Amino acid sequence: MKIKLTINGRPIERDVDPEMRLLDFIRNELGITSVKDGCGIGVCGVCTVLIDGKPRQSCITKMKSVDGKDIITVEGLGTPNKLHLLQELFIKHDAVQCGFCTPAMILVGYALVRDNPNVTREQIKKGISRVLCRCTGYIPIVNAIEEYAKLMRGEKTS
Amino acid sequence: MEVLVKKEVEVEQLHEVGKPVPRVDAREKTDGKARYINDYKFDRMLYARVFRSTKAHAKIKRLDISKALALPGVVAVVTAKDIPGKNIVPVVFNDRPLYAEEKVRYIGEAIATVVAISPEIAEKALKLIEVEYEDLPAVYDPVEAMKSEAPKIHDKGNVFVTYRIRKGDIQKGFEEADVIIEKEFKTKHQEHAYLEPQGAIVVPNADGSITVYGSMQCPYYVQNAISMLLGIPRNKVRVVQAVTGGAFGGKEDVPSWVAGEAAIAAYVTQRPVKIIYDREEDLMTTSKRHPSVIRYKMGLKKDGTIVAIKVEYILNAGAYSTLSPPVLFRGTMHVAGPYKVPNVWVDSYAVATNTVPNGAYRGFGTPQVIFAHEAMIDEAAYKLGIDPAEIRLKNALETGDETASGQVLKESVGIKETIKKAIQLSNWSEKRKRYSEMTSGTKRRGIGISSIIYGVSLGAAGKILDGSGASVQITPDGRVLVLVGTTEMGQGMRTVLSQIAAEALGVPTDYIYLPEPDTIAVPDSGPTVASRATFMSGNAILDAISIIKPVMLKIAADMLGVSENEVDVADGKFFVKDKPSKSVLFEDVAKEGYLRRERLAAMGWYKAPPTFMDENGLGDVYFTYSFATHIAEVEVDMETGKVNVIDYYAVHDSGKIINPVLAEGQVQGGVAQGIGYALTEDLVLKDGRILNPNFTDYLIPSTMDVPEIKVSFVEAKDPRGPYGAKGLGEPCLMPAAAAVANAIRNATGVRLTELPMTSERVYKALKEAGKAK
Repeated sequence: MKIKLTINGRPIERDVDPEMRLLDFIRNELGITSVKDGCGIGVCGVCTVLIDGKPRQSCITKMKSVDGKDIITVEGLGTPNKLHLLQELFIKHDAVQCGFCTPAMILVGYALVRDNPNVTREQIKKGISRVLCRCTGYIPIVNAIEEYAKLMRGEKTS
Repeated sequence: MEVLVKKEVEVEQLHEVGKPVPRVDAREKTDGKARYINDYKFDRMLYARVFRSTKAHAKIKRLDISKALALPGVVAVVTAKDIPGKNIVPVVFNDRPLYAEEKVRYIGEAIATVVAISPEIAEKALKLIEVEYEDLPAVYDPVEAMKSEAPKIHDKGNVFVTYRIRKGDIQKGFEEADVIIEKEFKTKHQEHAYLEPQGAIVVPNADGSITVYGSMQCPYYVQNAISMLLGIPRNKVRVVQAVTGGAFGGKEDVPSWVAGEAAIAAYVTQRPVKIIYDREEDLMTTSKRHPSVIRYKMGLKKDGTIVAIKVEYILNAGAYSTLSPPVLFRGTMHVAGPYKVPNVWVDSYAVATNTVPNGAYRGFGTPQVIFAHEAMIDEAAYKLGIDPAEIRLKNALETGDETASGQVLKESVGIKETIKKAIQLSNWSEKRKRYSEMTSGTKRRGIGISSIIYGVSLGAAGKILDGSGASVQITPDGRVLVLVGTTEMGQGMRTVLSQIAAEALGVPTDYIYLPEPDTIAVPDSGPTVASRATFMSGNAILDAISIIKPVMLKIAADMLGVSENEVDVADGKFFVKDKPSKSVLFEDVAKEGYLRRERLAAMGWYKAPPTFMDENGLGDVYFTYSFATHIAEVEVDMETGKVNVIDYYAVHDSGKIINPVLAEGQVQGGVAQGIGYALTEDLVLKDGRILNPNFTDYLIPSTMDVPEIKVSFVEAKDPRGPYGAKGLGEPCLMPAAAAVANAIRNATGVRLTELPMTSERVYKALKEAGKAK
């Protein structure tokens, strides 16, 4: 089928297999490899992208369901020369170890704060529970997102 | 080198080491550019999928690959017959074939590999392979497998390896005891659950050499395996580590066979071959933490002094021995914990069963025995009416004491400080009192402590691998290229080693570039396991710098018009010690060095300090030890058995901490894995088949399961370690399950003796004790 979508602000028109996984389309057809394949059944969350702003697991999303949608991957947050603030905060808080969950964690954190700048620490924890991390114990990830929310609210941080 | 290190440890004027330098590979991991193995592509690349046994123990009567081979898009189907070298994945005893030939010994064992122009076609072709089996009697339980009437999995019998310790006089020891406690413990598998599944790409080169790219911990293991499988010398096998998405021991020996499967196919087709395991395949067929049975007997004096321990430790090795020998060795040597025990008797066994072979997992045979010894000493404390922290302090090792193997600890023993600091940070006494008063309602709270010792690096059983290299070169623009043979897998090695190189050279850490290893850069540096990378590669870097640095000091002295011993270097500047304003830039010295054609590059080497063990398991079995104490607080729902870890304190002695922020994160992550091991990670097997090979049913902790973990360090430095560092990776996880178990005991009065302590298991134990609500 013919589909139209935007990815990281770029309009794309392609003829695709409607049953193809969005994950495979993004990785293999578009060559965007920040979106990872961790479990293939929508549980680990490392394949998460934003579809019309909402975090969705691209490994269980078929191409037929994304016609006309706006898709964001971690490449769509910063610019090639400048990281997005949340990415910088992930580095500052050492919220990155092996890095395999990091792009997904950043997207989920970004969406959480965009939807609710007053998001609490507990809400951040609940919000990112859709992505698994085996390295960090989550604490630095939560710290990074919490500081991002504070900065978005105009509060000062250290 | 020794002098250089010692001096700087003493004066503590450190500029890079000990500082929270940002992780050097963080940027490419946050912007999505980091390339993991599945992100690589090569021209004419083929895709491999592995055909596996559905039987736990059977003879292969017939194998027919013809239909699979006929499927359009399939390029080859390779089996044991196609292996040009030996059908062996080398580890210790070399009993594991790459492909089963006459017999299969576990469900999931590889029999053949299909290579096709797409992974989908390869997957489809798997269903066209026909195999006929003749079932053999199977055994799944290690205790059953030890019996003489058990089905034989290997001709030599089912016990792969045994170790023992005989120290002191065990009979006399127990005679002197006022109380004797005996318990049996059982632990189950733990899956590493690295989020990046196993994968490799093997590229055959025109000159007959082979290049392997992959997700791995041990490039030299892979090099050795590919060399043996293909029958080509090791100098023609180049192994390059791709960015690796977590490992935790799960990528120690497994990548040797993952790459091996692709290598035979690449050799046969003479095309690049990519192999990526899917999650179910990864969970079904790769190594795990060994399930175990531990029979523990402990004798103590009334005052809490331990006088004797007698332990039987049985590991379920799975169908092949793989890494079981060193895992059993480490577990055996850690059986007494961080305590002085004059009389020690241990018999340990690694036993074959018709289940997936178990191997390395963070802690390497110790979390099982820690779960046991920390329960035993806790029970002794309850029985004798001593505070559990006090009884640990009473028995804890100090400098000059002997370990279970009779090793006298000469220095760097921080266990008591970790206990004291953990008690203080957690407000231990106040909480014990407060929680003991919570006796109404359906929830109970408790606090538990757990202390550990950890022998850094490979020890007496693995010492032949315990040397590491490093290449350091100053480039003509005054920057530094450092190449090592140990790997980054998220633990922060690239950052920590960069800091060590920077400190020793007197430059900022961002002058250093230290990429993932490539076997063409440095000689076989052993595996990246056993918390050894900082110590071993760090010392190898210092050795290389000890060759280069005097050359640079001489040049700088010439440029400054003074003598060499008047010059020092820091923050990228060589300066006159008495007049620091008189200085010359590091890059100008490098440039001058090249103009003079002086040597500004060196290969460093570090050979681990000696270790040894006699036939009674006695000796200096590790060259240095790290220590830790963890304190967990739990809330137990007496109606459901559900346990929540509500607070957590982790205090570590790993010597000098090179990077406090990275170390804190590593500890928190290790604790989270330990909490998973304690409570939720329950791999279910029936007749050798794993029933829950997915993250829906095998539950690793999410954010909701991990409390705010407070981390602290005491630094009992080892002068032989780089800047006094020891090792940290594994100790992070090791005490956790025992701390949680002891907190549950404190909350409920019930001792859990089996892992994991799932809600069902806790509820059952509460009910049996008449304590469930």
